[in-house]
Amino acid sequence: MNLAIALWLSQDAVTNGAIYALIALALVVVFTVTRVIFVPQGEFISYAALSLATLQSGKVPGTIYVLIGGGILVAALDGLAALRKKSLNPLPGSVLANLVLPLLIAAAAWWSASRPDDLLLQVAVTLAIVTPLGPMLYRLAFQPLANASVLVLLIIAVAVHYVLTGFGLLFFGGEGLRAHMFPDLKFRVGILNVSGQSIGVIVTSLTLIVLLALMFGRTTYGKALRATAINRIGARLVGISNEFSGRFSFALAALIGAVSGILVSPITTIYYDTGLMISLKGFIGAIIGGMTSYPLAAVGSLAVGFLESYSSFWASAFKESIVFTLIIPVLLWRSLATHRVEEEDEP
Amino acid sequence: MNMLEVRDLEVGYGKVAVLRGTCLDVGRGRIVTVIGPNGAGKTTLLAALMGLLPASGSVRYDGENLADLAVETRVRRGICLVPERRELFGDMPVEDNLRLGAFSRSRRDHTVADDLAAVYARFPRLKERRAQLAGTLSGGERQMLALGRALMARPKLLMLDEPSLGLAPRIVRDILHVVAGLRETGVSVLLVEQNARAALQIADYGYVLEMGEFVLEGPAAELAVNPRVIETYLGLAASAE
Amino acid sequence: MTRRVLLIAALVLLAAAPLVLPEFHVTLLNYIGLASIVTLGLVLLTGIGGLTSFGQAAFVGLGAYTTAVLTTQYGVSPWLTLPAGLALTFVVALCLGFITLRLSGHYLPLGTIAWGIAIYFVFGNLDLLGKYSGLAEIPPLTLFGWRFGDSRAFYYLIWAVTLVALLAMRNLLDSRSGRAIRALRNRSMMAENFGVDTARLKIVIFVYAALLAAMSGWFYAHFLRFVSPHPFGLNGSIDYQFMAVIGGSSELWGAVIGAALLTLLKEWLKDLLPKVMEQSGNFEIIVFGLLVIAMLHRTRDGLVPYFARLIPADAQRPRPPPAPPLPQRAQPQPGEVILQLKRVSKSFGAVAAVKDLSFELRAGEILGLIGPNGAGKSTVFNLMTGVLAVDDGEIHFRDARIDDRAAREIARCGLARTYQHVRLLESMSVLENAAIGAYLRGRGGVWSASLRLDRAEEARLRQEAADRVEWVGLGGRLFDAAGTLPLGSQRMVEIARALCADPLLLLLDEPAAGQRYQEKQALAELLRALRRRGVSILLVEHDMDFVMGLVDRIVVMNFGEKLAEGSPREIRVNPMVVEAYLGSVA
Repeated sequence: MNLAIALWLSQDAVTNGAIYALIALALVVVFTVTRVIFVPQGEFISYAALSLATLQSGKVPGTIYVLIGGGILVAALDGLAALRKKSLNPLPGSVLANLVLPLLIAAAAWWSASRPDDLLLQVAVTLAIVTPLGPMLYRLAFQPLANASVLVLLIIAVAVHYVLTGFGLLFFGGEGLRAHMFPDLKFRVGILNVSGQSIGVIVTSLTLIVLLALMFGRTTYGKALRATAINRIGARLVGISNEFSGRFSFALAALIGAVSGILVSPITTIYYDTGLMISLKGFIGAIIGGMTSYPLAAVGSLAVGFLESYSSFWASAFKESIVFTLIIPVLLWRSLATHRVEEEDEP
Repeated sequence: MNMLEVRDLEVGYGKVAVLRGTCLDVGRGRIVTVIGPNGAGKTTLLAALMGLLPASGSVRYDGENLADLAVETRVRRGICLVPERRELFGDMPVEDNLRLGAFSRSRRDHTVADDLAAVYARFPRLKERRAQLAGTLSGGERQMLALGRALMARPKLLMLDEPSLGLAPRIVRDILHVVAGLRETGVSVLLVEQNARAALQIADYGYVLEMGEFVLEGPAAELAVNPRVIETYLGLAASAE
Repeated sequence: MTRRVLLIAALVLLAAAPLVLPEFHVTLLNYIGLASIVTLGLVLLTGIGGLTSFGQAAFVGLGAYTTAVLTTQYGVSPWLTLPAGLALTFVVALCLGFITLRLSGHYLPLGTIAWGIAIYFVFGNLDLLGKYSGLAEIPPLTLFGWRFGDSRAFYYLIWAVTLVALLAMRNLLDSRSGRAIRALRNRSMMAENFGVDTARLKIVIFVYAALLAAMSGWFYAHFLRFVSPHPFGLNGSIDYQFMAVIGGSSELWGAVIGAALLTLLKEWLKDLLPKVMEQSGNFEIIVFGLLVIAMLHRTRDGLVPYFARLIPADAQRPRPPPAPPLPQRAQPQPGEVILQLKRVSKSFGAVAAVKDLSFELRAGEILGLIGPNGAGKSTVFNLMTGVLAVDDGEIHFRDARIDDRAAREIARCGLARTYQHVRLLESMSVLENAAIGAYLRGRGGVWSASLRLDRAEEARLRQEAADRVEWVGLGGRLFDAAGTLPLGSQRMVEIARALCADPLLLLLDEPAAGQRYQEKQALAELLRALRRRGVSILLVEHDMDFVMGLVDRIVVMNFGEKLAEGSPREIRVNPMVVEAYLGSVA
């Protein structure tokens, strides 16, 4: 191990760590607001990565069908609810968001597929396809069980993960895909070769994190989301509904997932089931942050990146074992730090 | 038409009925109080009216039947609850707590800033501490904040669950003074209290709740001198006098 | 049609199955049996104990690989590899349990995922274990020349074991330890107040579940006669949790129902879907996920509770037969000071809940602690019973200092309490709730309970509980679920529970709240009877009339401080007390 290798491993670590940090952020947001341990976060990542790569090869990604199908289901459920309550009020909005919008995005996807060199359009379309999936998922799978125990919500999350992974296999097949993003730039900083890729990832991640922090601290909707995470009953009493906070937090998670997927797609080959492993590592970062602290989650994610990089160098076969074993003492430390509040209300 | 009309409200936990056949009216711009001992069902009553607990029976608010309406929808209609535990956003500053109180109001409503100023005028202490985290406030300040936050929603019906809980007499006096003053703004108030004397002093009408049923009701001034009420809830004073 | 009839019918069908069904279906039933054993452990651990684990498949793998390696590489007899596998699993589970069970709340499932995945990767990367190709040619089980070679032979073995495991589990839950386990989930502080070492108990059930899983693994290896890492990874563990949740995570039979449903569903989807859709495979996973979501939307408690509502419960069990009474403590001399609070203080953030509080309680007296809401009375109880730690000051009980001790040690000293907000287990019977109070007066553990060796002691504990429940006037509701009683009666059950601990000092937190006049009179009479027996009582109450006629002395609190102390007569005319209690005038 010489300095060059160490620096190279570190670059790898920071790049991966930045992506894990984004994922950790999404997981913490969703968990604190909805108590869902959001296993399918990985699917947002793989959907985005695979969609981008597909667009770049001049084809329309199958994820558009998930979007359209999901939209139809949500619109149907909203329609039924409107019938029951005899109020047509929310219908136009629902039709617009769930039927019209997906079709517009589909049209954009078709257009983008015909222009395989327009990177900006491809990125925009990818984000547009994946982000609305978040609120749809919440509405279809989680909203009816908003008051269920954390375990039941977790089981639902796993089931959703199965469904999405299945669709992933259906639409993208078993082969992996890779996209090309930032031009193949390389800089020399001292003895270190820094790739344009790494810089792109780190800058984008930091920007997104800062934007999110601003949103939570300055905007009304962002504060409302924070408030829900702090005190669910208090939030309801000022009119912040479970629906609102659930859909908003899931939309954020989907957006973050989409960005992560776009960032990771040129770095690694992504398969329909790669998302789970990536999101698990983001999980570890989130755990280190106690599932509540963003800065610690980011630091933790970086640590995971380093752990992974270095152990893959030294003992690549056991890389996963090492990473997963070493978080146990971290978990221990973490749980000793937070005092357990007895959940008397859980059935 | 009354602001709130409750008929035959029944609320249960599992198979046990906590409230039975409850009938209650709150007139427009009136302050109505429900007094009673611990465990009588006072908090349950308010929780059911707010929609936090499932209930059977009829609840008409401003002529509209509230059944099946979600908590958040009720808030938007103008019903606000200041709960027993305050339920503040402890990690957020006082001003954010207050601003979030106006969340249910339309985005186009530009009078929110005015209402904020009005709350600060009523509770100068909150203005001093506007940047302080809500979790670091004293008991009395938290109560003020909880009340202020509810007022930010411009409620037409304000429900208060034991506002005097754990507070020093002077602060209780201040807070109930503010509540009494709401009459002038046309807000109807449903006040649940254990401190019977103070509640009956500012209320127009009162109900006495015992073991899930209203056993007595009448104009507040009459209840305050009713021997049975005095005996049960002001027991100490009666035996001492 | 009662549950008993249903049970017998099921057993008959189970026995007849291999005689009628084709081999393939019998094999399927075997897999269901194997999965049921693992899921049963999860029902205990997660459904009842509240500890979510996503690592059970790793333990199945431990059992399977142990026997695979020992039989194929070292020629050890399968009947010896079972204890070997169990021993290894015991050690591993103990270590993992010590570490992960300290994780509170939501860290726990994540911790189990962590070591579950770690162990899976070990399985897949060790040469000794054949890496990802696994180990084959595992010898079949033989017993006195009888070879358990084919599915049918194995069927009776597996299902016999499954039924024994179910029986053992049922026995366990119907015992002293079982009651404590059922309190782990969301009444663990209450359990600690009655002497239960919840941390140790959690590790015990964790190991229990792990051993069940390992045993299933052993059977699996000798049934399939081949092991590879694949079924022992996160996917497998998730499957077991699915089975538990779908079946009804706190129902024993839910383990079997859930295992059956999931296994059959997967099989059926694998068969059916390719015929319906032109494209091959991989729709199963989508439909499977959708069906699970739909099922849980319909009934979040799982299937067994859903259907159990349709089948009436069995007739009530008769009162337990009489058993010799339990030994009782010697009460201290009347008048001796047994409780002392010395300048006790406690704050929560900026709020001082208790400030510099000092008072004494003498044996054989009833001391009333009164004050307006929010005065700090319940906090005092929590400080005395080890629920909270004091910031300053000392609390002494008899010769010992108790403010720095754990709740269960304080329970051992002879303090028992009730709660302002009732802490009973709603779905458990009144009798069993009361029996929790007698936890420290028994000694039977998890194993003696499973093997039904604890019956003599259990009879005495139940007798004590029944006596106490009758004594508080609820004899007619011994077997009713505690949650169906009105609040006032629930408080009486709490008192019965506290009495079952044979306390020297009884701490009652607003026992009269929510009771009618006659009930309060009866309660007062009860407390006087206790005083005659020499039990000391510290009573927090709100109801002035109730308190005045009952207690010997009163301590009045307001804003966390002692406002006044004295006899009822003195307190009644104390102007500061009148003002504080009545409330301020606007």
